[in-house]
Amino acid sequence: MRFLLRRLAFYAFTAWAAITINFFLPRMMKGDPITAYLQKHQSEFNPEAIDSLRTLFGLDSDKPLIQQYWDYWGQLFSGDLGRSFSKGLAPVSEVIASALPWTLGLVGIATIFSFFIGTSVGTFIGWRRGSRADYVVPFATFFSTVPYFWMGLIVIAIFSTRLGWFPASHAYDKGSSPEWSWDFIGQVVAHGTLPALTIVFASLGGWVLGMRNMMITVLDEDYVTVAEAKGLSPQRVMTRYAARNAVLPQLSSFALALGFIVGGTLVMELVFSYPGVGKLLLDATNAKDWPLMQGLFLVITLAVLVANILADVAHAMLDPRTRMMES
Amino acid sequence: MSLTTMPATGSVEENRSTEPQRPSALSRLGTAFAMFRNPKSLAGLVILGIFALVAILAPVIAPFGPLEKDFSALKQPPSAQHWLGTTHLGEDVFSQIVYGTRGVLVVGLVAGVLATLVAVIVGVAAGYLSGWRSEGLSALTNVFLVIPGLPLIIIVASQYDDPSIVLISAVIAITGWAWGARVLRAQTLSLRNRDFVQAAKANGERLWRIIAVEMLPNLTAIIASSFVGTVTAAVLGLTTLAFIGVIPITNLNWGTILFWAQQNGAFPDFWWWYVPAGLCIAILGTALSLVNFGIDEYVNPRLRSAGERARAMRKKGLSMASGVTAVRVAPEDVDDAPGGTASPAAEASATTAAGGAAPRP
Amino acid sequence: MTTLELRNVSKRYRVRGSGDMLALDDVSFSLTSGQTIALVGQSGSGKSTIAKILTQLERATSGEVLLDGEPIPHRGPGLRRYRQRVRMVFQDPFASLNPYHTIRHHLERPLRLDKVVPADQVEDEVRSLLARVRLDPDATIDRRPHELSGGQRQRVAIARALASRPELLIADEPVSMLDVSIRLGVLNLLADLQRESNLGVLYITHDLATARHFSDEIMVLHHGVVVERGPADDVILRAQHEYTRALRGASPDPDKHFADPTGRAVTRS
Repeated sequence: MRFLLRRLAFYAFTAWAAITINFFLPRMMKGDPITAYLQKHQSEFNPEAIDSLRTLFGLDSDKPLIQQYWDYWGQLFSGDLGRSFSKGLAPVSEVIASALPWTLGLVGIATIFSFFIGTSVGTFIGWRRGSRADYVVPFATFFSTVPYFWMGLIVIAIFSTRLGWFPASHAYDKGSSPEWSWDFIGQVVAHGTLPALTIVFASLGGWVLGMRNMMITVLDEDYVTVAEAKGLSPQRVMTRYAARNAVLPQLSSFALALGFIVGGTLVMELVFSYPGVGKLLLDATNAKDWPLMQGLFLVITLAVLVANILADVAHAMLDPRTRMMES
Repeated sequence: MSLTTMPATGSVEENRSTEPQRPSALSRLGTAFAMFRNPKSLAGLVILGIFALVAILAPVIAPFGPLEKDFSALKQPPSAQHWLGTTHLGEDVFSQIVYGTRGVLVVGLVAGVLATLVAVIVGVAAGYLSGWRSEGLSALTNVFLVIPGLPLIIIVASQYDDPSIVLISAVIAITGWAWGARVLRAQTLSLRNRDFVQAAKANGERLWRIIAVEMLPNLTAIIASSFVGTVTAAVLGLTTLAFIGVIPITNLNWGTILFWAQQNGAFPDFWWWYVPAGLCIAILGTALSLVNFGIDEYVNPRLRSAGERARAMRKKGLSMASGVTAVRVAPEDVDDAPGGTASPAAEASATTAAGGAAPRP
Repeated sequence: MTTLELRNVSKRYRVRGSGDMLALDDVSFSLTSGQTIALVGQSGSGKSTIAKILTQLERATSGEVLLDGEPIPHRGPGLRRYRQRVRMVFQDPFASLNPYHTIRHHLERPLRLDKVVPADQVEDEVRSLLARVRLDPDATIDRRPHELSGGQRQRVAIARALASRPELLIADEPVSMLDVSIRLGVLNLLADLQRESNLGVLYITHDLATARHFSDEIMVLHHGVVVERGPADDVILRAQHEYTRALRGASPDPDKHFADPTGRAVTRS
């Protein structure tokens, strides 16, 4: 319980830090694209929207910094992230809300799959150390260093253009609109397969290698020897004794690697023209849509934090020594 | 002694010709690089060396300038003249890859050095200090670990119209130091309470000397591995940024090639345009990972001995499925440092074989 | 004559989650040069805490440490001067030498740090230190700790402690990590050095037999309290405190082969 409280305090602190970074970023940047934009498009904004943008981007420099900071927080709590320049001045929060489910679905499911498959494979080749299973290692190494986006391009070239098995881009067929029908769900699955497979293959190697190394370290422990000496079946020793202990650090690195994985998968969305937050972020970058970029960074960071909390809960449930402070 | 006017070390060495010489600069270097003396690290270093040579000798190796256009040969497949074909403007892809190596290695190196510096300072300080300063530093480290780096880099880099190499490297470094700092903190924590550090303290050594002379040399493997790790991340980050067009195309690297390829409809037909650049990224990344595996095995000898042990046992016709025998026949891990009875020579060979000056777990 | 005195020293450790732990409770004693005092107690009795406080690796919660009647400084040049006069030999020779550095480095540092000899004589001094601890200078000076045996390492550690020409030496279980067969050699060396340099030695141990043999006085520590102190033979033969008697009963008696708890001799099978 203490452990969870401590972790929660840490996440609150991280969230605060991310929001504060977001507050200071535009204030530290030289040049002022927002003012220029506002002057050009003055007539399209209502005074309220201009006010909110001024708070978000530090144009309210007539006020003391601490007052700016307070206003900023107040505005965040009211859910106002400004207006998106490139999306017809739609509220940023709405634009993000429409893209977020796609990313959560694709990246979330693919990452969890990759973690489970990779950990299982790693458990096995760690257990059969020194056998032919070791040949997996060089392949895993190679695949873990291939850039996601490049692998995405290759996968499209092979499976979509050449073989025509799956559609190459978008989340569903052109002309249809989201609805709860079997036809639509089928489309989503078909469109999601290639990007999901790419994420799984590109991130699998890291989990395999990490788990293999942990297994090898754990297998030298006395309790594993004792378990074997007791005559327990190899499967039981492998899963209940060795893997169970090896998976804890694996989970910790999973939580910590999330930020990194999310970065890679965002670019994947560009390759597959997948309508998630990653593509949105890159579109916003190209369109110099600052409000949308800032809002996206905030939302992505908070999403990673939530995923981290979930990984921590899983860790706490698997680890009886959760009182230990080290995360 | 009659030779007291001479420098002390010189006189002593002349007087005793049979004694072993002071460790030469070379053998000291050898000790420092012991962590690279294994097949994996060596293979990685050789590949890295080849890339470095290519980067340095780019004008010699590349048959064309990277942006030299040949409008009579557009989108040509590989041929004797253009080893990796040409782009939509008739540029030689092979030459672009050769010159692009420079951008990748420079940014990787600069970002790696910067990030490692920050990681060492923050990590070692967090490990050596105690109380709120240590807690604060490790909280900072964890914040930077959790915040997704790439979106932050994209946002910062896109604020500039023409970000310089140094700026790009710095931004990558800012988002990439945290992992190394975390590992270094943990290692420093365990070193701090080791007796030899306490002994140095009790001898009255100054803090900076304890850290720089007594502790840092024992952290070299960890520092090297965190450096290699950040270089890998920097290479991936840089090529990704170039691919999505955040970095100006004047900075030629492998990601830029992929950016052009995608912008100009190279996919999927003109494979010679996009396959080599991606393969180069992956090969460079693999080389860096190999170096790191070697270091990992040096720091954690179990990783290395596991495979060897199993293979040795299979030769004797024993099954590896049962780990009981495996554990019993292998008591000679480094953990079992020699006692006082055996002859020093035998002990020396046993310990050096098992990993030299590797810190005992 | 140098006298180190511990006056009413207590040490309290904060333990996360379960309140405080009193490691030392109002301990007072003094150690004079030329004298060997054995500090005996089981693990957890506070022996090592006393060593750490004497070397100022830790600060006492209350009470004073006095050198020749003066409270010792907690920082600065004064502390360094104190540390030059009071040295420590650590328990584990595998841990107390830096695996990265040569034996030369280990012995040079204190010489240079305290400017014991002029810079051009450091090399000679290192060699004579190695000779003093009965090590062959040529064979050891350029080796790294992992190339030496445990006994050799502990000799190096002793040489390091002597390098600054201290007046008092704190030896924290100096032989407990060594093979039984070489313990005596290291202890004899310590005794010789003590006589040669008129050192004051605080010999921390859990072994009553060697404590009796090598020291003038024995002090028994139990749960952070000195329960008994006196001339070595008196403490062993006429133990006042129940805990001392228990300790004595637990240690092997050279006159009997094996003893079962009831005291009857048991022959070896």
